[in-house]
Amino acid sequence: MTRSISSKVDVDLEIDLLLEAIFRRYQHDFRHYARSSIRRRMQRALGHFQIATIAGLTDRILHDEHAFGELMGFLTIGVTELFREPESFVALRRTVVPVLATYPSLKVWVAGCATGEEVYSLVIMFAEMGLLDRSLFYATDIDPASLHTAERGIYELSRAADFSRAYQAAGGSRSLSDYYTAGYGAITFHHELRKKIVFSDHSLATDHVFCEVHLVTCRNVLMYFDRRLQDRAVGLFLEALVRKGFLGLGSRETLLFCSHRDGFDELDRRQRIYQKRSEVAA
Amino acid sequence: MTAVPADAGAILAAHPVDAVVIGGSAGAIEALLQLLPHVPADLHVPLLAVLHVPRGRPSPLAAMFGGRCAVPVREAIDKQTIEPGVLLLAPPDCHLMVERDFSVSLSVDAPVHHSRPSIDVLFESAAWAWSGRLLGVLLSGASADGADGLAAIAERGGLAWVQDPDSASSAFMPRAGLKATAAARPFSIASMSSAMAVLSTTARRDA
Repeated sequence: MTRSISSKVDVDLEIDLLLEAIFRRYQHDFRHYARSSIRRRMQRALGHFQIATIAGLTDRILHDEHAFGELMGFLTIGVTELFREPESFVALRRTVVPVLATYPSLKVWVAGCATGEEVYSLVIMFAEMGLLDRSLFYATDIDPASLHTAERGIYELSRAADFSRAYQAAGGSRSLSDYYTAGYGAITFHHELRKKIVFSDHSLATDHVFCEVHLVTCRNVLMYFDRRLQDRAVGLFLEALVRKGFLGLGSRETLLFCSHRDGFDELDRRQRIYQKRSEVAA
Repeated sequence: MTAVPADAGAILAAHPVDAVVIGGSAGAIEALLQLLPHVPADLHVPLLAVLHVPRGRPSPLAAMFGGRCAVPVREAIDKQTIEPGVLLLAPPDCHLMVERDFSVSLSVDAPVHHSRPSIDVLFESAAWAWSGRLLGVLLSGASADGADGLAAIAERGGLAWVQDPDSASSAFMPRAGLKATAAARPFSIASMSSAMAVLSTTARRDA
């Protein structure tokens, strides 16, 4: 099996055709994801499927839905953690939550929620700040397998120690085990938390705004998009947010090169927290 | 026993490049501190570098190198356009990639050879973007990261240099580079330093 993609054929052409095939057959649009990451992920996929070329991969997924389901695992954003980048949650507590507390009811959108750790982190934080009762969380992603995992709220027991450490680093005031039951090698987040979350299929590439929200978090998702798709996604966030609503990005992401940057004030440069300006029309 | 060719500068003058990518690990910071003062102020290409440093922000590298270098040294920002006359560093704990439109893409995908940022990741994406008009430099280090990337650069017709293993403080990485591609050539830091003069705008204009 080749270790690196052969340079003899224009591999980018093959990738163009693969992504077009995926779009037309399955209505998932990866055509404006950052190409370098796609190239790397497809290289790994070739190894997994034991197929020599990307054109071969196109053939397989066009005729085998199950194979496409497996390929989705390579195309969609991978690893996530509970209270990932804990400093950003500390910043949210300090900067954003006091303002959110002034609203009688709150909606939060976690865009690109993957397997759910991010939304459970926010739900726990809101619970500790006394805001859980008035809040509703929308957690969206394009990958049905990830959404299914997220909705169940069940994670391997072996991850509990890391989760706990991150929870503490993020400013958790209790014990993480207060929020889950453990058994059969797994932890399950309590129903009281899960019932505040609506999990839903949604694509930042093709879908539209579905409701008005006070906070959007989209972390380590935009970096995998090209500029055009980033602009589209941020445009959705701008439209969805209430006046003075908040947007949180990943620590290596920025609105600096985004066409919508003037729609936001930068509240916390290091922790990538932005606030929608009041004079911008949605 | 590899004979060290005399003139890196002549090779670079004969093989124009539009970018230089650099990777290194243990011992590479010292190597770069010797090399960077020779980068001309009117550098006509971008430099991009991945150095394996311990995790933990912020990284001291940009400040450390900036004082020794006539061109600005900055951490790369996602989606920025890569411009000539700058040294861009991979941010801590982030892969650095180049898109075909010469913009930066960052990623927090899994480490490669236990490294994030990974030299292989930078070198392979640079090879796609710049093809043969690229110089890849693999410096001192104790890791296998970078060897495959150097081979990818050579395969697309770019120049593949390694720090002379006999003078590198960690010979493992340069040796892995030499093994990975027959096109790789070893040079001393002194030799590579004097070759940097070829990358000035003046030199290019007069060529």
